[in-house]
Amino acid sequence: MTAHPAEPPVLDVRSLAYAYPDGHQALYGVDLAVRRGERVALLGPNGAGKTTLVLHLNGILEAGHGSVQVSGMTVGKDTVAEVRRRVGLVFQDPDDQLFMPSVADDVAFGPANMGVKGPELAARVEHALEQVGMAEFANRPPHHLSYGQRRRVAVATVLAMQPEILVLDEPSSNLDPASRRELADILLALEITVLMVTHDLPYALELCPRSVVLSDGAIVADGDTRTVLSDEQLMTAHRLELPYGFDPSFVPRVTS
Amino acid sequence: MGAGHGHRLHYHGHSVVHRMPAQCKIVALVLFVLAVVATPRTQYWAYAVDALVLGVAVNVSRVPPAYLGKRMLVEVPFVVFALVLPFVAVGERTELLGVTVSQQGLEAAGSLLAKATLGVVAALLLAATTEPRDIIAGLEGKLPRQLVQIMAMMVRYLDVTSDQLRRMRIARESRGFVARNPRHWPVLAQGAGAFFVRSYERGERVHLAMLSRGYTGQLPGLRTDIARPRDWAVALMVPLSASVTAASAWLIS
Repeated sequence: MTAHPAEPPVLDVRSLAYAYPDGHQALYGVDLAVRRGERVALLGPNGAGKTTLVLHLNGILEAGHGSVQVSGMTVGKDTVAEVRRRVGLVFQDPDDQLFMPSVADDVAFGPANMGVKGPELAARVEHALEQVGMAEFANRPPHHLSYGQRRRVAVATVLAMQPEILVLDEPSSNLDPASRRELADILLALEITVLMVTHDLPYALELCPRSVVLSDGAIVADGDTRTVLSDEQLMTAHRLELPYGFDPSFVPRVTS
Repeated sequence: MGAGHGHRLHYHGHSVVHRMPAQCKIVALVLFVLAVVATPRTQYWAYAVDALVLGVAVNVSRVPPAYLGKRMLVEVPFVVFALVLPFVAVGERTELLGVTVSQQGLEAAGSLLAKATLGVVAALLLAATTEPRDIIAGLEGKLPRQLVQIMAMMVRYLDVTSDQLRRMRIARESRGFVARNPRHWPVLAQGAGAFFVRSYERGERVHLAMLSRGYTGQLPGLRTDIARPRDWAVALMVPLSASVTAASAWLIS
């Protein structure tokens, strides 16, 4: 899938600033546009404001200043239901996301809230579970699945809402290398716009052609992932470190 | 450190009782317990009939009686209470194995034991033949929605939170802590406090994740099996026979 420069960006964040009620300023004028079909990694050290930014994307937090638009629709009180359908948020801990007594019930939760019923709902659940390779686990309780399987089901719960953009918070955290790779295969196979918050820089390089670095509440770099990761000065200045022995220039180019 | 596997109560199987829709079994259980409780207390033959009916149901379900037997430990407090009753109750005295005990206490103890045992076995049979999820789905429409939502959450997070408690305990013990006497209680209390805060924070994160998927305060209904009239007829045979027994016991006494 390629980017479509003509239509409005799927995600358009303009000079977004936000301070928590206790006065702590988390974002200082963030600008970010993500076009349809792009896969973008959002990088940054702990406490940079990544989670705060993500919670703005579907209207959980309200912009203190500036605006967030999703496919041309401004995020606000009256648009929040439609925005939450368009922006699929996958939380870091799958145990936070999966709360229903069975996998199928949980995947049905989002679309059912949007009013989808009956055979269409069943079809959506089945399709979403197939997309993440978990169809045979539909009737199992989530706590009987492995951590990697739960992470995949968490992705399915959001896919079932047919979002325009998938926002993943630390998708590779706590996964063993095989589960991490399986999730990468699944994400690469999806025909969907992705914004991925991660500390896993090799994962960002593997999955996302473009990277954005958020540091101290502001965007400090935005460009080709390989270029960003190879910029030693930028990396050191913002507490980003590649794993021992990892050199981005040795990794083959992403072909999509 | 993964979560524990398997329910401690559910016994996997495919019998008629296993396949029956949960709502039929729940209604049958409640009615059966009511009928047993309503049985006059000295008509011991009535309890025998109820036990026979329940025995047939257990037999049909193919759950080994020993499996249910082991799980009957929950009845122990009632048994202790029943054993004490003949000695503490007042009223006419009578001889039992050379000991003078209260006649009324003895009768009360006998019927308490019989009723408690029948109720516990019936409830265990429901738990052994029904997945927790189906029990909750079966309760929908019979209890207030909020209550069913809370129970559904509880079933889901019981394993998560008990696993968290277990990890916290292992971490404590790995650093040489063993609660031996009351001087160690403050540590346990702090652990409980930390656990409460963590669970509260998880609750908040779960709520955020629900909001992100369009939650507006109403859980969409869980999928339930449709109960056919035949299912109801089969399920209600158990409480029906118990009710008939109770009624005839009243007529006779």
